[in-house]
Amino acid sequence: MAEMTLIEAIRQAMDEELARDADVFIVGEDVGARGGVFRATQGLIEKYGAERVFDSPLAELSIVGVGIGAALYGMRPVCEIQFADFIYPAFNQIVSEAAKMCYRSNGAWTVPMVIRAPYGGGIGGGLYHSQSVEAFFTHVPGLKVVIPSNPYDAKGLLKSAIRDPNPVLFLEPKKGYRLIRGEVPEEEYLVPLGPANVSRPGSDVSVFAYGMMHYYALQAAEMVASENIAVEVVDLRTLYPVDKETILQSVRKTGKALIVHEDNLTGGYGAEVAAIIASEAFTDLDAPVRRLCGPDVPGVPFSPPMQEWFLPNAEKIAEAIRQLDRF
Amino acid sequence: MALTAEMKREMYWWMLLARRLDERAWVLHRQGKIAFHISGIGHEAAQVGAGFAIRRGYDWVAPYYRDLALMLLLGFTPRDFVLGLMGKREDPNSGGRQMPNHWSLRAANVVSLSAPVATQCVHAAGIGLAIKMKKRDQVVLTALGEGSTSQGEWYEAVNWAAIHKLPVIFLVQNNKYAISERTEKQMAVKSAADKACGLGLPGISVDGTDVFAVYEAVANAVAEARAGNGATLIETVAYRITPHSSDDDDRSYRSHEEVEAYKKCDPLQVVQSRLVADGILEEAVIAEFEQRAKEMVDEAVRYAESAPYPDALEAAYPVYAEEVRHG
Repeated sequence: MAEMTLIEAIRQAMDEELARDADVFIVGEDVGARGGVFRATQGLIEKYGAERVFDSPLAELSIVGVGIGAALYGMRPVCEIQFADFIYPAFNQIVSEAAKMCYRSNGAWTVPMVIRAPYGGGIGGGLYHSQSVEAFFTHVPGLKVVIPSNPYDAKGLLKSAIRDPNPVLFLEPKKGYRLIRGEVPEEEYLVPLGPANVSRPGSDVSVFAYGMMHYYALQAAEMVASENIAVEVVDLRTLYPVDKETILQSVRKTGKALIVHEDNLTGGYGAEVAAIIASEAFTDLDAPVRRLCGPDVPGVPFSPPMQEWFLPNAEKIAEAIRQLDRF
Repeated sequence: MALTAEMKREMYWWMLLARRLDERAWVLHRQGKIAFHISGIGHEAAQVGAGFAIRRGYDWVAPYYRDLALMLLLGFTPRDFVLGLMGKREDPNSGGRQMPNHWSLRAANVVSLSAPVATQCVHAAGIGLAIKMKKRDQVVLTALGEGSTSQGEWYEAVNWAAIHKLPVIFLVQNNKYAISERTEKQMAVKSAADKACGLGLPGISVDGTDVFAVYEAVANAVAEARAGNGATLIETVAYRITPHSSDDDDRSYRSHEEVEAYKKCDPLQVVQSRLVADGILEEAVIAEFEQRAKEMVDEAVRYAESAPYPDALEAAYPVYAEEVRHG
């Protein structure tokens, strides 16, 4: 086992998949000589050459659109969008092209493609380098949406995503790139797309989270453990298609559900999780389903106190757990 | 390659078949037997000229919705077309999922098309990139209208093709109208070919009613692309003889006199007169072609009318590649 950071695990996944499959290639802004602005692709151009680690023009629409074309031909593109905030020019290509291709051609054409994008706040990125975009895409059949929360999962999920025959949006919690460390096996492994993960078993309150908020949820669970609250933390990690069963099993056990995300509250991913619980586990509930989310303002502000106000953190999650536990 | 008399007759045949099939679609619409038709009448010379210039079934095609003649040339049958018009299960494009003319024909390397215009151009660039990565000598033909050259997708695709010398032929079928808007509302330059030049591609404008001129221009572009010398944009200038679609009333934006004047340079008539004058086409052959086309169209309509619709529940699949059932 080697301990590494989240971004090292992501890089290693791409490195191994580039080595394994000659059809895999990386495309995006500054992914070549610069190694990506976050250095996710550092060293890959030296190893695999400029034909497989490919600097794109500064144009997100065609990073994805060209990736789709290459995937139709049989390649396995891994497209990098530099910040999730910049993904909207590619929205049409992701939603109307990649996601619908299999269905609209009755299965004749598929798009095996990964779109990687760093997302989320807490790095002083202001409105346009902090966005959480998952809710726009977890509404789209044909697409898979994955958000890892730790190095082990990040590597195993990204390798699975690259091998998946469908378009996969792989959102990476950028604040965690160097902050989140963990053990990663030396030997080859995959983490399947689909199943959520009970990362901490407990019996009193279920906390559903993903990405950076999952990291904080684990810290919060630890904080309240000394107060005799046994928290079960569920890392949703594949947001779409959603793993209903793991969500329902957990809430049937604890009877209390807290959903945490840093994306805006209204119409956020948490609303879907809450709806699943309300429809299918209503009689198991001992308290209302609660959501702790980013507020409904247009973005994460730049100034530190305002950024702090916007984002959930371990303390805020712990407080929400206490309130739900007391209900 | 110089065109033989036999090839010229064959080009005329495909133009004729496309025309008669297209005309029948208008009749079926008036009869209330189909819900929608979008026509390629007036585009036959551009499409057949271009289709003859590629290696059909070997090269790749990202078509647009008016490409009926091109699709017939690529292996689509009149039956296939009418099945699509009627949304029947055997529709090879999509099994009845898409509106008519949203082509897909995997066996002929024709990739699936959506409705937002110019989206296919970036796919063509991506296919071109993949061909270049794989060091093969295929080319990609993508077709679009002049209105589509206003889209960002088109600019980005041409830009990619120019930067990386991709083996792509952009066939802009300028029919002077984007629904109701004349070309001068789409561009300040005289021709879409001029726009290509600004992005670093050779841009050529040819008479889109002259099937042999189109063939020659596209054949030259294909030879350049196959030799690794990159992309070309070819604008074919003709006239949209019909309204935009069966839902359009073109009397609100153009005069009857204008349409009648342009009917004098109908590409089917142009090629027929020329081949007759050159002694390549005799009246008896024309009559025989007409008879054969009528029989094929009649048979296609009969077949499609009695063909089954999909079961309603087939609409649930295939959202993901795992659900595709082949054979």
